[in-house]
Amino acid sequence: MSEKLEAVLSKEPRRGVQYGITIIIVLILLASSMPALGGADITAKGFEMGRNILGGILTPDTSLLFGLGDSGVAYLILQTIAIAFLGTLVGAIIAVPLSFISATNIVPRPVVIITRFIIMAIRTVPSLVYGLMFIRVTGPGPFAGVMTLAIVSIGMISKLFIETIEDLDSGILESLDAFGSTLFQKIRYGILPQLGTDFISILVYRFDMNLREATILGLVGAGGIGAPMIFALSAYHWHQVGAILIGLFILVFVVEILSDKLRQKILHG
Amino acid sequence: MGWYDKLFEAESFTLENGKTVTQKFTRLPLILFLLLIGIVVSVWVTGFSIVTLFENFAGFWKIFGSMFPPKLSYFVQVWRPLLMTIQMSLLGSFFGALLALPIAILAASNMTNHRAINLTARFILTVVRTMPTLVSALIATYIFGLGTFAGTVAIFLFSFSFVGKQLFEYIETVDMGAYEALTATGANSSRAFVTTIFPQILPTYLSTSLFAFEGNVRYAAILGYVGAGGIGMILNEKIGWREFQSVGMILLSIFVAVVIIETVSQQLRKHLS
Repeated sequence: MSEKLEAVLSKEPRRGVQYGITIIIVLILLASSMPALGGADITAKGFEMGRNILGGILTPDTSLLFGLGDSGVAYLILQTIAIAFLGTLVGAIIAVPLSFISATNIVPRPVVIITRFIIMAIRTVPSLVYGLMFIRVTGPGPFAGVMTLAIVSIGMISKLFIETIEDLDSGILESLDAFGSTLFQKIRYGILPQLGTDFISILVYRFDMNLREATILGLVGAGGIGAPMIFALSAYHWHQVGAILIGLFILVFVVEILSDKLRQKILHG
Repeated sequence: MGWYDKLFEAESFTLENGKTVTQKFTRLPLILFLLLIGIVVSVWVTGFSIVTLFENFAGFWKIFGSMFPPKLSYFVQVWRPLLMTIQMSLLGSFFGALLALPIAILAASNMTNHRAINLTARFILTVVRTMPTLVSALIATYIFGLGTFAGTVAIFLFSFSFVGKQLFEYIETVDMGAYEALTATGANSSRAFVTTIFPQILPTYLSTSLFAFEGNVRYAAILGYVGAGGIGMILNEKIGWREFQSVGMILLSIFVAVVIIETVSQQLRKHLS
């Protein structure tokens, strides 16, 4: 490299001290976290387990993987999709009013602080705890899963909705006012076109996430593909585990591609 | 969508200057129809029922109410597992993010000009990402034994795949001009990467990693459910014993910890962007 260039490159501001301090802080944090690494006990049994699991995925239980009955992977996938779909929808129905009363350009500041605090609190409770609570309401099964996902989605959906609402261009509403539009016309032509595409795109994104979330609800008996997977795992039925994991992989992969495409289309026409 | 436009004719308007414009028939009925089918099928498959919901919703509030007031004295037993959860998230996120950088470089087509390597790296990221964290945690407990190490491994895998994917997508959008200029003058590719590409991706890299850490703290709280250590263990135990006031205290502690971590991390991320 030419000397001239070296000279220019060496003129770059030196941030050594800054980087040094950051690295020291991170190292201290990491060192103090080391206890979390305790308790590892990698024995020959562990290796064998690992090999069994890998073997199971490579030789899946084909009757389960291609079965069309109630316990086949196809039906489980359908059920998981249905849970995620309805969960997103119900979550959105709750999140829309909540977002409007949490947007700084719609309601006064103190109200915003309270509603955002509520949203934050809703978001903190782990999904499995909601699952256990809803089982008391709906009984075990996919219905509980729908309600759990609905509540769990509120946090993220309303956070993104609020951002969209706060970006509303009020100039359009003012000009509609100047036209003498009615309230309904203002909502129909001034607000919906501005919010619609973003809202739908957010929901598609959340649906994608809910699908992943729906796969673990089975742990508490809230339906979906998770329950048979956990049963198979705890019974060491590796071929069944393999079949379900393959189904899951295809499901998540396909939905991710489709939802990316759909969002591109929605946002950019 | 060609068939749809053929089925429903576009409406044409003649403007004042004589020009004709056409407006395609609204897609709304089709979208509503598909949505309706989706809802009907889903309601049928999941057994969703508004009636049951309204009739039994009291059960939800009953459990919720029994968590109040949270048993504050129980905090003595909460803080240690809570700290463990944060430590698990920190270690898992850090090493996950660290390993994500090289794989993101391998996956980005503008950094690694080799299709097979790109696709392999992306495939690894996708496979790891598909696996629900709880399942990888369960498998990790089989291999590494019960405890926080298994949880750390699960968090590590998630952070690795999440940061890796975000980062490689971002790397593909960076400005390559400076990199090319530097390599043209004879700098080797690693020197050129460190001086031109790395400063561009560093803010996004750090902020994605911090974001993953935030989410991981919240997520790590449930890993205990499969025996992977942390606060989820006592949470699961207390729910099992129906000591809901203790459950309330655990949830309150998680809430406070998450609020503190998110506030700090959001401030840091604001500085980065």
